[in-house]
Amino acid sequence: MVKVVKRPEVKGLRQFYLVEVLIGLYTTLRHVIRNLIYPEKLPTVIYPEKPKPIPAATRGLHRLMKREDGSPRCTACMLCATNCPAFCIHIKAAESDDPYIEKYPERFDIDLLRCVFCGLCVEACPLDAIRMDMPIISFTGYTRQDFILTKEKLLDHDNSDFPHAPNYNPPKPLDITHGPHHNEFLSRIKK
Amino acid sequence: MDPITFEVINIVIVALLAWGIPLQFIPLMIWLERKGAAIIQDRIGPIRANIGGIRLFGFLHNIADVIKLLFKEDVIPNHVYRFYYFLAPFWSMTIALIPLMLVPFAAPITIGENVFRFQVATYQSGILLLFAITGLGVYGIILAAWSSNNKYSLLGGLRSSAQMISYELGMGLSIVAILMTYQDVQIQNIVEAQSGFLKVFGITFPLPNWGMFLQPIAFITFVVAAFAETNRTPFDLAEGEAEIVAGYHTEYSSFKFALFFMAEYANMVVASIVIATLFLGGYQVPFFTTEELRANPQYTLTAMLVLGILTFLILGFLVYKRAKYISVHFPEPLGKKEYFFISYALFVLAILFVILIPVVLNLEYNDLASQIIVAVFQLTMILAKASIFLWLYVHVRWTLPRFRYDQLMNMGWKLMLPISLLNVIITGIVIAL
Repeated sequence: MVKVVKRPEVKGLRQFYLVEVLIGLYTTLRHVIRNLIYPEKLPTVIYPEKPKPIPAATRGLHRLMKREDGSPRCTACMLCATNCPAFCIHIKAAESDDPYIEKYPERFDIDLLRCVFCGLCVEACPLDAIRMDMPIISFTGYTRQDFILTKEKLLDHDNSDFPHAPNYNPPKPLDITHGPHHNEFLSRIKK
Repeated sequence: MDPITFEVINIVIVALLAWGIPLQFIPLMIWLERKGAAIIQDRIGPIRANIGGIRLFGFLHNIADVIKLLFKEDVIPNHVYRFYYFLAPFWSMTIALIPLMLVPFAAPITIGENVFRFQVATYQSGILLLFAITGLGVYGIILAAWSSNNKYSLLGGLRSSAQMISYELGMGLSIVAILMTYQDVQIQNIVEAQSGFLKVFGITFPLPNWGMFLQPIAFITFVVAAFAETNRTPFDLAEGEAEIVAGYHTEYSSFKFALFFMAEYANMVVASIVIATLFLGGYQVPFFTTEELRANPQYTLTAMLVLGILTFLILGFLVYKRAKYISVHFPEPLGKKEYFFISYALFVLAILFVILIPVVLNLEYNDLASQIIVAVFQLTMILAKASIFLWLYVHVRWTLPRFRYDQLMNMGWKLMLPISLLNVIITGIVIAL
């Protein structure tokens, strides 16, 4: 079946091109007068002097969350690196001195030139150790090395700097002090 | 002073004036194009380029442009025909600057025994020579297109030259109607005939005696043809960046490209002044003849001051509105104050003019002073009338889409030509009656 679409018929004075031209000129003239008298109504965003506020749910740069003592929450379980579709997370695990913690990331690098900011690493993390809530969406560098977020860069922030978005309930980190084998575990370590 | 020396001095002064007007209007036009585009499209326009926070409404972008074009590498491709390749931009620019030498900018004034004409050349052929010269402008485009030895350049040049030649017919025939109306080919006589009130068949209308009221059809066809002649939208097929790269100046870089760019704007200025001369009474102040203005110099000056006050008040108001907007957004100390300073300066100028009005009314004027006052008034008048069309060029450019090539040719040959011919016939019948 072919559906024939009829052209809309132009009637009356509008058949003359000049009349249409004048109508169009009137339209643009309205814009000119309005923008000359009320420049404050212009929708232009003056960037970078006055950028628009970044929405709370924006996926910006990554950061590694810290415990109270400042060490990273990350336990180098490799879930984020495994889940990463761009293969941009490189973790080198090392044994931790803390008896309660099995591993910690000796190196935790994120290659920003590969990262596609999909947020799957954040989804994958069971400890809420990595987040993408930094309000930084434009970053620059002179070399390729500048675009690799090392562990130091990822930890270089203050937790209070970036308040959570409203109604954001992070999963509580695993509390190993209240597990079923807690006492047994402690006694084994003390020996 | 003997007449020969006086004549030479006269020609040199007026030639510099006629040569300077398009050259001075080019940066203004580029600024107007950008700012007008921005304002039509609900944007702010150029404000970024600044010297220590001073922005001058984006005028500094022109300086940045020129510096950029001067320092760019001047690439000369190996496959071009060198002589014509170099000749084309200079040809375009030269031809763009010549026609204004034939246009009167003010009524002639008598100094002692000599007559100082505000027109470089008064040929017997007058307006015909003007169109002969503008007709040469197409050679710049053809030379550039052909010597570039490049498909895209040739296509653009072909379109452009075909369009210019087609629309010259409509243009010439609309001019024929004007010549029949005024029974004269000399431009200064055509302008002089357009003073005072409109009189048709002995009835006086409350309108200025302009060509656009006597010949409305010729006016419309001439304006459309002028748009086509200067290669502006909706007739800018030559640039057609969607189909061909950039038209005839594809192979040009650096300052040769800038010359083409400037030639386009100079052509626009020339076309605007010619339209104003033929159809809007040229240098004539509406409703008043030159003699009436010269008889009452104090009232002439008062009128000038009142117009100046109105201009300064409107401009000052617009700049003040914009100053509030800019000062909110930009943190530089100078940039915050600059727009306010300019707007207050305009208001102060308006107040000064108000104070000057009673002073001007009580002054004594000799003959020469009154003539000079009227000449200045008439010079501002023709530039104001041309500015209307300069704005119309920008306004139309950001309103209308481009024609297709076949539509363009159809309009040129099947619409403009018959309409102009009909207009000539009707004019002949009316004059014979």
